[in-house]
Amino acid sequence: MNARIMSIASNTFREAVRDRVLYNLIGFALLLSGAAIFVGQISIDIEKLVVINLGLTAVSLFGIVIAIFIGIGLVSKEIDKRTLYTVLSRPVRRWEFIIGKYFGLAGTLVVNAFFMAIGVFAALLYVAHHYQASDGWILVALYFIILQFLIICSLALLFSSFSSPLLSAVFAFSLFVIGSFSEDLRGFAALVKGPAGWVATGIAYLVPNFSALNVIGMVAHGQAIASRLIALNTLYALLYSAVALSGAVLIFQHRNLK
Amino acid sequence: MKPSKKVTLTATVLLTVCMAGSVAVLRELDKVRAGATLEDVLYISSPKLVKRLSLGYDGLMADIYWTRAVQYFGSRHAARASRYRQLAPLLTITTTLDPQLVVAYEFGANFLSPQPPAGAGMPDEAVKLIEFGIQNNPDNWHLYYDLGFLYYMDLKDYPRAEDAFVRGSKVPNAHPFLKILAAQMAQHAGDTQMARALWTTTYQTSQEKQIRGNAIAHLRALQVADDVTALERIVARYREITGQNPTNWSELVNAHLLRDTPLDVTGRPYKLMPSGRVEVEVPDDIPFIEKGAPEGYTPPPPKDLEKLAG
Repeated sequence: MNARIMSIASNTFREAVRDRVLYNLIGFALLLSGAAIFVGQISIDIEKLVVINLGLTAVSLFGIVIAIFIGIGLVSKEIDKRTLYTVLSRPVRRWEFIIGKYFGLAGTLVVNAFFMAIGVFAALLYVAHHYQASDGWILVALYFIILQFLIICSLALLFSSFSSPLLSAVFAFSLFVIGSFSEDLRGFAALVKGPAGWVATGIAYLVPNFSALNVIGMVAHGQAIASRLIALNTLYALLYSAVALSGAVLIFQHRNLK
Repeated sequence: MKPSKKVTLTATVLLTVCMAGSVAVLRELDKVRAGATLEDVLYISSPKLVKRLSLGYDGLMADIYWTRAVQYFGSRHAARASRYRQLAPLLTITTTLDPQLVVAYEFGANFLSPQPPAGAGMPDEAVKLIEFGIQNNPDNWHLYYDLGFLYYMDLKDYPRAEDAFVRGSKVPNAHPFLKILAAQMAQHAGDTQMARALWTTTYQTSQEKQIRGNAIAHLRALQVADDVTALERIVARYREITGQNPTNWSELVNAHLLRDTPLDVTGRPYKLMPSGRVEVEVPDDIPFIEKGAPEGYTPPPPKDLEKLAG
Protein backbone atom coordinates (compact mmCIF):
# COMPACT_ATOMS: atom_id res chain seq x y z
CA MET A 1 0.00 0.00 0.00
CA ASN A 2 1.44 3.39 -0.86
CA ALA A 3 2.19 6.08 1.70
CA ARG A 4 -0.57 8.43 0.51
CA ILE A 5 -3.27 5.78 1.02
CA MET A 6 -1.83 4.93 4.44
CA SER A 7 -1.87 8.57 5.41
CA ILE A 8 -5.52 9.06 4.36
CA ALA A 9 -6.48 5.83 6.12
CA SER A 10 -4.82 6.80 9.39
CA ASN A 11 -6.41 10.26 9.25
CA THR A 12 -9.84 8.69 8.69
CA PHE A 13 -9.26 6.41 11.66
CA ARG A 14 -8.14 9.34 13.85
CA GLU A 15 -11.14 11.39 12.78
CA ALA A 16 -13.53 8.56 13.69
CA VAL A 17 -11.93 8.22 17.11
CA ARG A 18 -12.14 12.01 17.58
CA ASP A 19 -15.86 11.79 16.65
CA ARG A 20 -16.21 9.56 19.73
CA VAL A 21 -17.23 6.55 17.64
CA LEU A 22 -15.60 4.20 20.11
CA TYR A 23 -18.03 5.44 22.79
CA ASN A 24 -20.40 2.77 21.47
CA LEU A 25 -18.18 0.32 23.35
CA ILE A 26 -19.59 1.64 26.63
CA GLY A 27 -23.14 0.91 25.44
CA PHE A 28 -22.02 -2.52 24.28
CA ALA A 29 -20.35 -3.31 27.61
CA LEU A 30 -23.47 -2.28 29.54
CA LEU A 31 -25.71 -4.35 27.28
CA LEU A 32 -23.59 -7.46 27.55
CA SER A 33 -22.90 -7.30 31.29
CA GLY A 34 -26.59 -6.59 31.89
CA ALA A 35 -27.58 -9.62 29.83
CA ALA A 36 -24.99 -11.83 31.53
CA ILE A 37 -26.19 -10.88 35.01
CA PHE A 38 -29.94 -10.62 34.54
CA VAL A 39 -30.82 -13.38 32.08
CA GLY A 40 -29.46 -16.00 34.47
CA GLN A 41 -31.96 -14.84 37.03
CA ILE A 42 -35.05 -14.81 34.85
CA SER A 43 -34.50 -17.79 32.56
CA ILE A 44 -33.20 -21.36 32.65
CA ASP A 45 -29.95 -22.62 31.19
CA ILE A 46 -29.60 -20.15 28.32
CA GLU A 47 -27.13 -17.69 29.87
CA LYS A 48 -24.30 -18.79 27.59
CA LEU A 49 -26.55 -18.88 24.56
CA VAL A 50 -27.82 -15.37 25.27
CA VAL A 51 -24.31 -13.99 25.76
CA ILE A 52 -23.14 -15.44 22.43
CA ASN A 53 -26.27 -14.54 20.48
CA LEU A 54 -26.64 -11.08 21.96
CA GLY A 55 -22.92 -10.36 21.95
CA LEU A 56 -22.35 -11.31 18.31
CA THR A 57 -25.58 -9.67 17.15
CA ALA A 58 -24.57 -6.46 18.93
CA VAL A 59 -21.06 -6.58 17.41
CA SER A 60 -22.66 -6.95 13.99
CA LEU A 61 -25.39 -4.32 14.36
CA PHE A 62 -23.24 -1.71 16.14
CA GLY A 63 -20.59 -2.13 13.45
CA ILE A 64 -23.05 -1.90 10.60
CA VAL A 65 -24.64 1.25 12.00
CA ILE A 66 -21.18 2.79 12.44
CA ALA A 67 -20.10 1.68 8.95
CA ILE A 68 -23.18 3.21 7.35
CA PHE A 69 -23.25 6.47 9.28
CA ILE A 70 -19.55 7.18 8.96
CA GLY A 71 -19.20 5.72 5.48
CA ILE A 72 -21.95 7.86 3.94
CA GLY A 73 -20.24 11.05 5.07
CA LEU A 74 -16.71 10.14 4.09
CA VAL A 75 -16.82 11.88 0.73
CA SER A 76 -19.72 14.30 1.07
CA LYS A 77 -18.46 15.73 4.38
CA GLU A 78 -15.06 16.42 2.82
CA ILE A 79 -16.79 18.22 -0.06
CA ASP A 80 -19.07 20.23 2.27
CA LYS A 81 -16.16 21.29 4.49
CA ARG A 82 -14.07 21.93 1.37
CA THR A 83 -11.22 19.93 2.90
CA LEU A 84 -11.31 17.64 -0.13
CA TYR A 85 -9.83 20.40 -2.32
CA THR A 86 -6.90 20.74 0.04
CA VAL A 87 -6.27 17.02 -0.14
CA LEU A 88 -6.65 16.73 -3.89
CA SER A 89 -4.47 19.81 -4.53
CA ARG A 90 -1.59 17.75 -3.17
CA PRO A 91 -0.16 14.85 -5.19
CA VAL A 92 -3.03 12.57 -4.13
CA ARG A 93 -5.05 10.83 -6.81
CA ARG A 94 -8.80 10.51 -6.49
CA TRP A 95 -8.71 6.71 -6.38
CA GLU A 96 -6.12 6.86 -3.60
CA PHE A 97 -8.47 9.10 -1.63
CA ILE A 98 -11.33 6.56 -1.97
CA ILE A 99 -9.16 3.56 -1.11
CA GLY A 100 -7.56 5.39 1.82
CA LYS A 101 -10.96 6.32 3.22
CA TYR A 102 -12.06 2.70 2.86
CA PHE A 103 -9.09 1.31 4.77
CA GLY A 104 -9.50 3.98 7.45
CA LEU A 105 -13.13 3.10 8.05
CA ALA A 106 -12.50 -0.65 7.86
CA GLY A 107 -9.65 -0.24 10.36
CA THR A 108 -11.93 1.66 12.75
CA LEU A 109 -14.47 -1.13 12.59
CA VAL A 110 -11.88 -3.88 13.07
CA VAL A 111 -10.53 -2.14 16.19
CA ASN A 112 -14.08 -1.65 17.46
CA ALA A 113 -14.92 -5.32 16.81
CA PHE A 114 -11.69 -6.39 18.53
CA PHE A 115 -12.67 -4.64 21.78
CA MET A 116 -16.21 -5.97 21.52
CA ALA A 117 -14.86 -9.50 20.99
CA ILE A 118 -12.87 -9.17 24.21
CA GLY A 119 -16.14 -8.15 25.88
CA VAL A 120 -17.99 -11.18 24.46
CA PHE A 121 -15.31 -13.60 25.68
CA ALA A 122 -15.17 -11.91 29.10
CA ALA A 123 -18.95 -12.19 29.50
CA LEU A 124 -18.75 -15.80 28.32
CA LEU A 125 -16.18 -16.60 30.97
CA TYR A 126 -18.36 -14.89 33.57
CA VAL A 127 -21.45 -17.01 32.80
CA ALA A 128 -19.78 -20.34 31.91
CA HIS A 129 -16.74 -20.10 34.27
CA HIS A 130 -14.54 -21.80 31.65
CA TYR A 131 -14.06 -21.98 27.89
CA GLN A 132 -14.83 -25.01 25.71
CA ALA A 133 -13.13 -25.98 22.47
CA SER A 134 -16.33 -25.22 20.54
CA ASP A 135 -16.17 -21.60 21.75
CA GLY A 136 -13.37 -21.16 19.22
CA TRP A 137 -16.00 -21.05 16.46
CA ILE A 138 -17.09 -17.70 17.90
CA LEU A 139 -13.89 -16.32 16.40
CA VAL A 140 -15.04 -17.52 12.98
CA ALA A 141 -18.41 -15.81 13.50
CA LEU A 142 -16.54 -12.63 14.45
CA TYR A 143 -14.36 -12.97 11.35
CA PHE A 144 -17.50 -13.26 9.19
CA ILE A 145 -18.89 -10.14 10.89
CA ILE A 146 -15.73 -8.27 9.93
CA LEU A 147 -16.21 -9.49 6.35
CA GLN A 148 -19.73 -8.02 6.54
CA PHE A 149 -18.19 -4.71 7.60
CA LEU A 150 -15.84 -4.75 4.63
CA ILE A 151 -18.78 -5.09 2.24
CA ILE A 152 -20.93 -2.50 4.02
CA CYS A 153 -18.05 0.01 4.15
CA SER A 154 -17.48 -0.32 0.42
CA LEU A 155 -21.20 0.11 -0.30
CA ALA A 156 -21.50 3.16 1.97
CA LEU A 157 -18.51 4.67 0.22
CA LEU A 158 -19.99 3.88 -3.21
CA PHE A 159 -23.23 5.67 -2.37
CA SER A 160 -21.36 8.50 -0.70
CA SER A 161 -19.44 9.10 -3.93
CA PHE A 162 -22.55 10.29 -5.79
CA SER A 163 -25.44 10.79 -3.36
CA SER A 164 -26.44 12.88 -0.35
CA PRO A 165 -25.72 11.44 3.12
CA LEU A 166 -29.41 10.80 3.86
CA LEU A 167 -30.05 8.92 0.63
CA SER A 168 -26.77 7.05 0.98
CA ALA A 169 -27.85 5.86 4.43
CA VAL A 170 -31.21 4.69 3.07
CA PHE A 171 -29.57 2.88 0.14
CA ALA A 172 -26.90 1.21 2.26
CA PHE A 173 -29.30 0.12 4.99
CA SER A 174 -31.81 -1.20 2.43
CA LEU A 175 -29.07 -3.20 0.74
CA PHE A 176 -28.04 -4.63 4.10
CA VAL A 177 -31.63 -5.78 4.79
CA ILE A 178 -32.08 -7.16 1.26
CA GLY A 179 -28.66 -8.82 1.44
CA SER A 180 -29.62 -10.55 4.68
CA PHE A 181 -32.39 -12.32 2.76
CA SER A 182 -30.36 -12.81 -0.41
CA GLU A 183 -30.56 -16.62 -0.35
CA ASP A 184 -34.35 -16.38 -0.21
CA LEU A 185 -34.17 -13.90 -3.04
CA ARG A 186 -32.15 -16.29 -5.21
CA GLY A 187 -34.57 -19.08 -4.30
CA PHE A 188 -37.53 -16.98 -5.41
CA ALA A 189 -35.71 -15.92 -8.59
CA ALA A 190 -35.14 -19.58 -9.45
CA LEU A 191 -38.91 -20.08 -9.47
CA VAL A 192 -39.51 -17.35 -12.07
CA LYS A 193 -39.11 -18.39 -15.71
CA GLY A 194 -38.34 -16.47 -18.93
CA PRO A 195 -37.03 -12.87 -19.18
CA ALA A 196 -38.52 -11.96 -15.79
CA GLY A 197 -36.54 -14.85 -14.34
CA TRP A 198 -33.28 -13.59 -15.88
CA VAL A 199 -33.87 -10.10 -14.48
CA ALA A 200 -34.76 -11.51 -11.05
CA THR A 201 -31.67 -13.75 -11.08
CA GLY A 202 -29.50 -10.81 -12.15
CA ILE A 203 -30.77 -8.70 -9.27
CA ALA A 204 -30.40 -11.61 -6.85
CA TYR A 205 -26.69 -11.93 -7.78
CA LEU A 206 -26.13 -8.17 -7.82
CA VAL A 207 -27.21 -7.54 -4.23
CA PRO A 208 -24.66 -8.48 -1.54
CA ASN A 209 -25.01 -11.84 0.11
CA PHE A 210 -25.04 -11.46 3.89
CA SER A 211 -26.94 -14.70 4.58
CA ALA A 212 -23.85 -16.91 4.29
CA LEU A 213 -21.91 -14.54 6.54
CA ASN A 214 -24.31 -14.96 9.42
CA VAL A 215 -23.38 -18.06 11.42
CA ILE A 216 -24.26 -16.67 14.86
CA GLY A 217 -27.01 -19.25 15.43
CA MET A 218 -24.66 -22.10 14.52
CA VAL A 219 -21.76 -21.07 16.73
CA ALA A 220 -24.11 -20.37 19.64
CA HIS A 221 -24.93 -24.08 19.54
CA GLY A 222 -21.28 -25.05 19.19
CA GLN A 223 -21.61 -26.23 15.60
CA ALA A 224 -18.46 -26.32 13.47
CA ILE A 225 -18.07 -24.10 10.40
CA ALA A 226 -16.77 -25.77 7.24
CA SER A 227 -13.36 -24.53 6.13
CA ARG A 228 -14.66 -24.30 2.54
CA LEU A 229 -17.34 -21.88 3.73
CA ILE A 230 -14.67 -19.75 5.42
CA ALA A 231 -12.58 -19.68 2.24
CA LEU A 232 -15.52 -18.92 -0.05
CA ASN A 233 -16.91 -16.22 2.24
CA THR A 234 -13.50 -14.55 2.41
CA LEU A 235 -13.15 -14.61 -1.35
CA TYR A 236 -16.69 -13.36 -1.84
CA ALA A 237 -16.31 -10.45 0.61
CA LEU A 238 -13.06 -9.37 -1.06
CA LEU A 239 -14.49 -9.61 -4.57
CA TYR A 240 -17.74 -7.83 -3.72
CA SER A 241 -15.91 -5.05 -1.86
CA ALA A 242 -13.62 -4.68 -4.87
CA VAL A 243 -16.69 -4.33 -7.12
CA ALA A 244 -18.23 -1.60 -4.94
CA LEU A 245 -14.89 0.20 -4.54
CA SER A 246 -14.22 0.07 -8.29
CA GLY A 247 -17.68 1.59 -8.80
CA ALA A 248 -16.90 4.29 -6.24
CA VAL A 249 -13.56 5.05 -7.91
CA LEU A 250 -15.18 5.22 -11.37
CA ILE A 251 -17.89 7.61 -10.19
CA PHE A 252 -15.56 9.79 -8.11
CA GLN A 253 -13.00 9.90 -10.92
CA HIS A 254 -15.56 11.46 -13.26
CA ARG A 255 -17.33 13.62 -10.71
CA ASN A 256 -17.19 17.36 -11.30
CA LEU A 257 -15.99 18.81 -8.02
CA LYS A 258 -15.96 22.43 -9.14
CA MET B 1 -2.64 7.04 -22.14
CA LYS B 2 -3.63 9.78 -19.67
CA PRO B 3 -3.41 8.76 -15.98
CA SER B 4 -7.15 9.43 -15.48
CA LYS B 5 -8.02 7.16 -18.43
CA LYS B 6 -5.74 4.49 -17.03
CA VAL B 7 -7.58 4.63 -13.67
CA THR B 8 -10.97 4.47 -15.42
CA LEU B 9 -9.90 1.49 -17.50
CA THR B 10 -8.39 -0.34 -14.51
CA ALA B 11 -11.46 0.32 -12.35
CA THR B 12 -13.81 -0.85 -15.12
CA VAL B 13 -11.85 -4.05 -15.69
CA LEU B 14 -11.63 -4.65 -11.95
CA LEU B 15 -15.36 -4.06 -11.51
CA THR B 16 -16.28 -6.47 -14.31
CA VAL B 17 -13.84 -9.20 -13.33
CA CYS B 18 -14.67 -8.99 -9.62
CA MET B 19 -18.42 -8.98 -10.31
CA ALA B 20 -18.07 -12.13 -12.43
CA GLY B 21 -15.87 -13.62 -9.71
CA SER B 22 -18.37 -12.80 -6.97
CA VAL B 23 -21.20 -14.45 -8.95
CA ALA B 24 -19.03 -17.55 -9.43
CA VAL B 25 -18.15 -17.66 -5.71
CA LEU B 26 -21.80 -17.14 -4.79
CA ARG B 27 -22.77 -20.14 -6.89
CA GLU B 28 -20.17 -22.20 -5.04
CA LEU B 29 -21.48 -20.84 -1.72
CA ASP B 30 -24.98 -21.91 -2.67
CA LYS B 31 -23.64 -25.43 -3.21
CA VAL B 32 -21.90 -25.45 0.18
CA ARG B 33 -25.03 -24.13 1.86
CA ALA B 34 -27.52 -26.09 -0.29
CA GLY B 35 -30.94 -25.83 1.32
CA ALA B 36 -29.55 -23.75 4.19
CA THR B 37 -32.32 -21.18 3.97
CA LEU B 38 -35.01 -23.76 3.82
CA GLU B 39 -33.43 -25.89 6.50
CA ASP B 40 -33.17 -22.91 8.82
CA VAL B 41 -35.46 -22.92 11.77
CA LEU B 42 -38.24 -20.43 11.15
CA TYR B 43 -36.98 -17.02 12.16
CA ILE B 44 -40.21 -16.47 14.09
CA SER B 45 -42.39 -19.50 14.63
CA SER B 46 -45.35 -17.88 16.35
CA PRO B 47 -48.09 -17.00 13.79
CA LYS B 48 -49.53 -14.37 16.13
CA LEU B 49 -46.17 -12.68 16.55
CA VAL B 50 -45.58 -12.67 12.79
CA LYS B 51 -49.03 -11.12 12.35
CA ARG B 52 -48.19 -8.35 14.82
CA LEU B 53 -44.79 -7.76 13.29
CA SER B 54 -46.30 -7.46 9.81
CA LEU B 55 -47.68 -4.03 10.91
CA GLY B 56 -50.95 -4.56 9.08
CA TYR B 57 -49.39 -5.78 5.84
CA ASP B 58 -50.77 -9.25 6.55
CA GLY B 59 -51.73 -10.00 2.96
CA LEU B 60 -48.28 -9.43 1.54
CA MET B 61 -46.68 -11.31 4.41
CA ALA B 62 -49.05 -14.26 3.83
CA ASP B 63 -48.07 -14.29 0.15
CA ILE B 64 -44.38 -14.39 1.10
CA TYR B 65 -44.91 -17.21 3.59
CA TRP B 66 -47.03 -19.14 1.10
CA THR B 67 -44.29 -18.80 -1.54
CA ARG B 68 -41.78 -19.97 1.02
CA ALA B 69 -43.95 -22.99 1.89
CA VAL B 70 -44.19 -23.89 -1.81
CA GLN B 71 -40.44 -23.48 -2.22
CA TYR B 72 -39.75 -25.55 0.89
CA PHE B 73 -42.03 -28.38 -0.20
CA GLY B 74 -40.84 -28.27 -3.82
CA SER B 75 -37.14 -28.46 -3.03
CA ARG B 76 -37.53 -31.23 -0.45
CA HIS B 77 -39.93 -33.11 -2.68
CA ALA B 78 -37.41 -33.00 -5.54
CA ALA B 79 -34.70 -34.23 -3.16
CA ARG B 80 -36.98 -37.16 -2.15
CA ALA B 81 -36.95 -36.04 1.48
CA SER B 82 -38.84 -38.08 4.00
CA ARG B 83 -39.20 -35.30 6.58
CA TYR B 84 -40.90 -31.94 6.17
CA ARG B 85 -40.61 -30.45 9.66
CA GLN B 86 -41.18 -26.81 8.66
CA LEU B 87 -44.10 -27.38 6.30
CA ALA B 88 -46.93 -27.37 8.85
CA PRO B 89 -45.63 -24.26 10.73
CA LEU B 90 -45.15 -22.40 7.43
CA LEU B 91 -48.73 -23.20 6.39
CA THR B 92 -50.09 -22.27 9.81
CA ILE B 93 -48.37 -18.89 9.66
CA THR B 94 -49.59 -18.35 6.08
CA THR B 95 -53.21 -19.07 6.89
CA THR B 96 -53.15 -17.15 10.18
CA LEU B 97 -51.89 -14.11 8.29
CA ASP B 98 -54.53 -14.50 5.58
CA PRO B 99 -57.34 -16.88 6.60
CA GLN B 100 -59.06 -16.30 3.23
CA LEU B 101 -56.11 -17.65 1.21
CA VAL B 102 -58.01 -20.76 0.08
CA VAL B 103 -55.20 -21.92 -2.22
CA ALA B 104 -52.98 -22.41 0.83
CA TYR B 105 -55.53 -24.78 2.40
CA GLU B 106 -56.14 -26.75 -0.78
CA PHE B 107 -52.56 -27.14 -1.97
CA GLY B 108 -51.20 -27.18 1.58
CA ALA B 109 -53.36 -30.19 2.49
CA ASN B 110 -52.21 -31.81 -0.74
CA PHE B 111 -48.57 -31.31 0.30
CA LEU B 112 -49.09 -32.43 3.89
CA SER B 113 -51.29 -35.47 3.59
CA PRO B 114 -49.92 -38.08 1.11
CA GLN B 115 -47.21 -40.43 2.33
CA PRO B 116 -43.61 -39.74 1.15
CA PRO B 117 -42.38 -39.42 -1.56
CA ALA B 118 -45.64 -37.93 -2.85
CA GLY B 119 -46.12 -35.74 0.23
CA ALA B 120 -45.14 -35.10 3.82
CA GLY B 121 -47.15 -37.98 5.32
CA MET B 122 -48.90 -35.75 7.87
CA PRO B 123 -52.62 -36.30 7.23
CA ASP B 124 -53.59 -35.16 10.75
CA GLU B 125 -51.89 -31.80 10.16
CA ALA B 126 -53.68 -31.59 6.80
CA VAL B 127 -57.04 -32.17 8.51
CA LYS B 128 -56.25 -29.41 11.05
CA LEU B 129 -55.35 -27.05 8.22
CA ILE B 130 -58.55 -27.72 6.28
CA GLU B 131 -60.70 -27.48 9.41
CA PHE B 132 -59.11 -24.07 10.08
CA GLY B 133 -59.95 -23.15 6.49
CA ILE B 134 -63.57 -24.22 6.91
CA GLN B 135 -63.80 -22.25 10.16
CA ASN B 136 -62.73 -19.12 8.27
CA ASN B 137 -64.45 -19.86 4.95
CA PRO B 138 -67.60 -21.77 5.91
CA ASP B 139 -69.26 -21.14 2.54
CA ASN B 140 -66.51 -22.63 0.43
CA TRP B 141 -67.66 -26.14 -0.56
CA HIS B 142 -64.23 -26.99 -2.02
CA LEU B 143 -62.79 -27.17 1.50
CA TYR B 144 -65.44 -29.68 2.66
CA TYR B 145 -64.71 -31.72 -0.43
CA ASP B 146 -60.97 -31.61 0.32
CA LEU B 147 -61.64 -32.66 3.91
CA GLY B 148 -63.80 -35.61 2.82
CA PHE B 149 -61.18 -36.54 0.27
CA LEU B 150 -58.45 -36.54 2.93
CA TYR B 151 -60.47 -38.70 5.28
CA TYR B 152 -61.27 -41.10 2.48
CA MET B 153 -57.95 -41.41 0.70
CA ASP B 154 -55.30 -40.92 3.34
CA LEU B 155 -56.94 -41.69 6.67
CA LYS B 156 -59.42 -44.34 5.37
CA ASP B 157 -61.94 -42.92 7.83
CA TYR B 158 -65.08 -43.41 5.76
CA PRO B 159 -67.72 -42.18 8.28
CA ARG B 160 -65.84 -38.88 8.69
CA ALA B 161 -65.40 -38.59 4.93
CA GLU B 162 -69.16 -39.05 4.50
CA ASP B 163 -69.80 -36.44 7.21
CA ALA B 164 -67.55 -33.91 5.41
CA PHE B 165 -69.34 -34.49 2.08
CA VAL B 166 -72.74 -34.14 3.78
CA ARG B 167 -71.65 -30.87 5.45
CA GLY B 168 -70.28 -29.60 2.16
CA SER B 169 -73.45 -30.50 0.25
CA LYS B 170 -75.43 -28.16 2.54
CA VAL B 171 -73.29 -25.15 1.63
CA PRO B 172 -75.01 -22.73 -0.80
CA ASN B 173 -73.89 -23.30 -4.42
CA ALA B 174 -72.13 -26.55 -3.52
CA HIS B 175 -71.29 -28.89 -6.38
CA PRO B 176 -74.20 -31.34 -6.77
CA PHE B 177 -71.75 -34.24 -6.82
CA LEU B 178 -71.10 -33.81 -3.10
CA LYS B 179 -74.54 -35.24 -2.34
CA ILE B 180 -73.86 -38.20 -4.64
CA LEU B 181 -70.47 -38.81 -3.03
CA ALA B 182 -72.02 -38.75 0.42
CA ALA B 183 -74.67 -41.23 -0.68
CA GLN B 184 -72.20 -43.53 -2.45
CA MET B 185 -69.90 -43.59 0.55
CA ALA B 186 -72.05 -46.06 2.49
CA GLN B 187 -72.21 -48.50 -0.43
CA HIS B 188 -68.78 -48.27 -2.02
CA ALA B 189 -66.44 -47.17 0.77
CA GLY B 190 -63.00 -48.66 0.17
CA ASP B 191 -63.34 -49.78 -3.44
CA THR B 192 -61.72 -48.37 -6.56
CA GLN B 193 -65.08 -47.23 -7.93
CA MET B 194 -65.36 -44.70 -5.11
CA ALA B 195 -61.76 -43.60 -5.51
CA ARG B 196 -62.36 -43.12 -9.24
CA ALA B 197 -65.44 -41.02 -8.52
CA LEU B 198 -63.46 -38.81 -6.14
CA TRP B 199 -60.58 -38.24 -8.54
CA THR B 200 -62.99 -37.58 -11.40
CA THR B 201 -64.73 -34.92 -9.30
CA THR B 202 -61.38 -33.40 -8.43
CA TYR B 203 -60.51 -33.24 -12.12
CA GLN B 204 -63.84 -31.73 -13.11
CA THR B 205 -64.05 -29.12 -10.37
CA SER B 206 -60.54 -27.68 -10.52
CA GLN B 207 -59.04 -25.24 -13.00
CA GLU B 208 -55.50 -25.67 -11.67
CA LYS B 209 -53.37 -27.63 -14.13
CA GLN B 210 -51.35 -29.23 -11.36
CA ILE B 211 -54.45 -30.49 -9.51
CA ARG B 212 -56.02 -31.71 -12.75
CA GLY B 213 -52.78 -33.46 -13.75
CA ASN B 214 -52.57 -35.06 -10.32
CA ALA B 215 -56.15 -36.33 -10.69
CA ILE B 216 -55.40 -37.79 -14.13
CA ALA B 217 -52.28 -39.51 -12.80
CA HIS B 218 -54.30 -41.09 -9.99
CA LEU B 219 -57.05 -42.15 -12.41
CA ARG B 220 -54.40 -43.78 -14.62
CA ALA B 221 -52.97 -45.63 -11.63
CA LEU B 222 -56.48 -46.82 -10.71
CA GLN B 223 -56.99 -47.98 -14.30
CA VAL B 224 -53.77 -50.01 -14.08
CA ALA B 225 -54.90 -51.49 -10.75
CA ASP B 226 -58.22 -52.58 -12.33
CA ASP B 227 -56.47 -53.96 -15.43
CA VAL B 228 -53.93 -55.92 -13.41
CA THR B 229 -56.64 -57.40 -11.18
CA ALA B 230 -58.67 -58.48 -14.21
CA LEU B 231 -55.63 -59.89 -16.07
CA GLU B 232 -54.39 -61.84 -13.05
CA ARG B 233 -57.86 -63.33 -12.73
CA ILE B 234 -57.65 -64.49 -16.38
CA VAL B 235 -54.19 -65.97 -15.76
CA ALA B 236 -55.58 -67.87 -12.74
CA ARG B 237 -58.39 -69.17 -14.92
CA TYR B 238 -55.85 -70.41 -17.52
CA ARG B 239 -53.89 -72.11 -14.74
CA GLU B 240 -57.06 -73.85 -13.57
CA ILE B 241 -57.69 -75.15 -17.09
CA THR B 242 -54.16 -76.14 -18.14
CA GLY B 243 -52.48 -76.68 -14.80
CA GLN B 244 -49.65 -74.26 -15.65
CA ASN B 245 -49.01 -70.54 -15.98
CA PRO B 246 -49.08 -69.03 -19.50
CA THR B 247 -45.66 -67.99 -20.84
CA ASN B 248 -47.02 -65.19 -23.03
CA TRP B 249 -50.23 -63.36 -23.91
CA SER B 250 -50.69 -65.33 -27.17
CA GLU B 251 -51.46 -68.48 -25.19
CA LEU B 252 -54.32 -66.66 -23.48
CA VAL B 253 -55.53 -65.27 -26.84
CA ASN B 254 -55.41 -68.78 -28.39
CA ALA B 255 -57.35 -70.10 -25.39
CA HIS B 256 -60.02 -67.44 -26.14
CA LEU B 257 -59.53 -65.90 -22.70
CA LEU B 258 -58.19 -62.62 -24.17
CA ARG B 259 -58.92 -60.81 -27.43
CA ASP B 260 -55.52 -59.21 -27.87
CA THR B 261 -52.25 -58.36 -26.10
CA PRO B 262 -53.33 -56.04 -23.27
CA LEU B 263 -51.87 -52.51 -23.21
CA ASP B 264 -51.38 -50.24 -20.20
CA VAL B 265 -52.36 -46.56 -19.99
CA THR B 266 -49.11 -45.52 -21.68
CA GLY B 267 -49.84 -47.81 -24.67
CA ARG B 268 -47.15 -50.34 -23.75
CA PRO B 269 -48.00 -54.05 -23.44
CA TYR B 270 -48.34 -55.42 -19.92
CA LYS B 271 -45.59 -57.85 -18.86
CA LEU B 272 -46.60 -61.41 -17.96
CA MET B 273 -44.21 -62.75 -15.32
CA PRO B 274 -43.39 -66.52 -14.98
CA SER B 275 -45.13 -66.54 -11.59
CA GLY B 276 -48.35 -65.36 -13.21
CA ARG B 277 -48.03 -61.81 -11.91
CA VAL B 278 -48.85 -58.96 -14.28
CA GLU B 279 -46.62 -55.89 -14.32
CA VAL B 280 -46.30 -52.67 -16.30
CA GLU B 281 -43.22 -52.25 -18.47
CA VAL B 282 -42.11 -48.80 -17.24
CA PRO B 283 -43.56 -48.13 -13.78
CA ASP B 284 -41.80 -44.74 -13.55
CA ASP B 285 -44.13 -43.46 -16.30
CA ILE B 286 -47.22 -44.24 -14.22
CA PRO B 287 -47.04 -42.21 -10.99
CA PHE B 288 -48.91 -43.39 -7.88
CA ILE B 289 -49.03 -46.95 -9.20
CA GLU B 290 -49.70 -49.49 -6.45
CA LYS B 291 -50.71 -52.64 -8.32
CA GLY B 292 -48.67 -53.74 -11.35
CA ALA B 293 -45.31 -52.43 -10.16
CA PRO B 294 -42.36 -54.85 -9.78
CA GLU B 295 -41.83 -56.25 -6.29
CA GLY B 296 -39.76 -53.93 -4.09
CA TYR B 297 -40.26 -51.02 -6.50
CA THR B 298 -39.56 -47.56 -5.05
CA PRO B 299 -41.36 -44.89 -7.04
CA PRO B 300 -39.57 -41.63 -7.89
CA PRO B 301 -41.25 -38.37 -6.83
CA PRO B 302 -44.04 -37.60 -9.30
CA LYS B 303 -43.08 -34.79 -11.67
CA ASP B 304 -44.53 -32.80 -14.58
CA LEU B 305 -48.03 -33.84 -13.57
CA GLU B 306 -49.45 -30.64 -15.07
CA LYS B 307 -48.42 -31.93 -18.53
CA LEU B 308 -51.01 -34.69 -18.14
CA ALA B 309 -53.72 -32.03 -17.86
CA GLY B 310 -52.78 -30.91 -21.38
